[in-house]
Amino acid sequence: MGKPTEKRRFEFSKESLRKKFRWSEFLSEKIITGVAFLSITIIVLIFFFVFKESIPIFYSGKKEPVKVETVHKQEQYGVEPVGRTNASGQEQYGVTETDSLMTEIQILAEDTVVYGSDEATLESLTGKQWLPVSDNPRYGLVPLFAGSLKITLIAMLFAAPIAILAALFSASFAPYWLREIIKPAIELLAGFPSVVIGFFALMVMASFFQDIFGYDGRLNAFVGGVAMALAAIPIIFTITEDALTAVPRTYTEASLALGATRWQTALFVTLPAATPGIFAAILLGIGRVFGETMIALMATGNAAMTGINPFESVRTLAATIGAEMAEVVFGDTHYNVLFLIGSLLFVFTFSLNALAEFYVKGKLVKRFQGGQ
Amino acid sequence: MSRQKTITGGLFIGMTAFSAILIVAVIILLLVIIINGGKEIFSWEFLTAFPEDGMMKGGIFPAIYGTALLVLIMSVAAVPFGTITAIYLTEYAHEKSILAQTIRFAVRTLATVPSIIFGLFGLGFFIKFVGSGIDDAFLGGQLKWGQPNILWASLTMALLTLPVVIVSVEEAIRTVPRELREASLALGATKWETIKRIVIPGSRSGIMTGTILAVSRGAGEVAPILFTGAAYYLATLPTSLSDQFMNLGYHIYILATQSANVDQTLPIQFATTMVLLLLTFTLNLTAVIIRSRLRRK
Repeated sequence: MGKPTEKRRFEFSKESLRKKFRWSEFLSEKIITGVAFLSITIIVLIFFFVFKESIPIFYSGKKEPVKVETVHKQEQYGVEPVGRTNASGQEQYGVTETDSLMTEIQILAEDTVVYGSDEATLESLTGKQWLPVSDNPRYGLVPLFAGSLKITLIAMLFAAPIAILAALFSASFAPYWLREIIKPAIELLAGFPSVVIGFFALMVMASFFQDIFGYDGRLNAFVGGVAMALAAIPIIFTITEDALTAVPRTYTEASLALGATRWQTALFVTLPAATPGIFAAILLGIGRVFGETMIALMATGNAAMTGINPFESVRTLAATIGAEMAEVVFGDTHYNVLFLIGSLLFVFTFSLNALAEFYVKGKLVKRFQGGQ
Repeated sequence: MSRQKTITGGLFIGMTAFSAILIVAVIILLLVIIINGGKEIFSWEFLTAFPEDGMMKGGIFPAIYGTALLVLIMSVAAVPFGTITAIYLTEYAHEKSILAQTIRFAVRTLATVPSIIFGLFGLGFFIKFVGSGIDDAFLGGQLKWGQPNILWASLTMALLTLPVVIVSVEEAIRTVPRELREASLALGATKWETIKRIVIPGSRSGIMTGTILAVSRGAGEVAPILFTGAAYYLATLPTSLSDQFMNLGYHIYILATQSANVDQTLPIQFATTMVLLLLTFTLNLTAVIIRSRLRRK
């Protein structure tokens, strides 16, 4: 501020104080905002395009009159009881030409969906056999779901306790120098490419576990699950550790002041206070394992079996896409079904992430700030 | 305190310590076994020679070259967009605004989408929609862009690594002191000038960390490129954006699971895995070091 006597070069007026319009400012702000929308756009596009390629499955009923040959084809492969037809197969099921005019849902409701070898419908998608490249292809997703769930369960049984306990150690008990080793080491594990972990599982872990347990097939759900635990541990560890260190110091100090020991404080105060965060960590770990492709491709054996034996081979949803997409004919039913699996995977991981995000955020804020 | 409680406590702490040490031990074991298996045939020739005898012998140069090209094109796409998104989130958006929160949610979602989904998206969007669209519009239906190639693979990978860049750059931008921004604005610089001259130079190390982490991630991921551009074997190096390419991770996968004689190529597999592991390991270690320095600041 100059002295009042000094002659001012500039008179402040309403006009001069107004923000000057500058093209460069305007453009840069608009461009930056536009680019920031990209992430949202990508999510929407991913959902749209992955789902779009699977849509033809839902219209398969409408193709029926055109695909007369496929109906005949079915006669030749009367293997499964449901699909068994003879020349009068259509009459048996009460399918007439008018059915083509019916909506897809009505057709599905009539249980007459197995039109031919080339079609994948809701009925056949819930079948128990995944045989996409046979004379009579069947696209039953049940064994694939079972495989993914089995692998996820095995992986989480290993990853969750180990990662949570390790995080508790790092957050509550470890001396400073040890923490400075553990945390970066696990950060580095997070950076290991999954193909490397898959290779390690395939070449080293498979033989190692075979020596211990003495099962027949080298590659099975157990080997794949343990390998995937390696991929899930860094995620669970990091988020759990964050949640544990975010517990207010006043909590632990109050506990210690009341005479609890360090381990009692860690187990009965810090750990319960961080449960929403740990829950989120587990959800994200599940998402990681469920969608993991390379480890599943390399270490699980890839045979679609549905038994509960952990030492049996399994085929997961993600591995099926990875293994078969390169060989399919574009636009084929098989191609569409693989995209449908992709859409399901996407929706599943998206929901897990959303659940982790909103549930946990709400809970944590309420718990530590006494509600808003 | 009772003796029993002391024992329980000791056991509990012991269990947590055991878990932590188990993880570190497995990491070390993995590194040692892979390096041990690969060091025999690892040599300068191995890195610079082409595969021979149907990939039974020889080196992995085309795979290294293809991976390098992939991460280069990927970085060119991901780093600017990631940086700009981070600038928007820190400098322009209001922390609590719905738009900013939606973008943050989208970024986190993008980070958790399984990598195979990116592969599907690359196939459905880049190859079948954009690529075939270009072919139909400009090349009269001649198949050039509507098939897997290095450009589409790189762009697919760029989408996957975008969140990595955004998170790192955002973290770095937040370390630029408010006072510097205010001083710049007080001297009459506009918002964009402040960002250009103060914020971006101040967060250069964060942009570098983000790039390194993205490169490391992109070099290691295989699932997104399985059907967007990676090739089994190529006799020549890719020379144009519409060529296919070989890739380190894909090479490992192929040799370990698809080749006719897996045992014979075992040393090559271990050596290739070692190269990929050491590459990503070094990159990540660099990023960890830069970042911890940044945090201390």
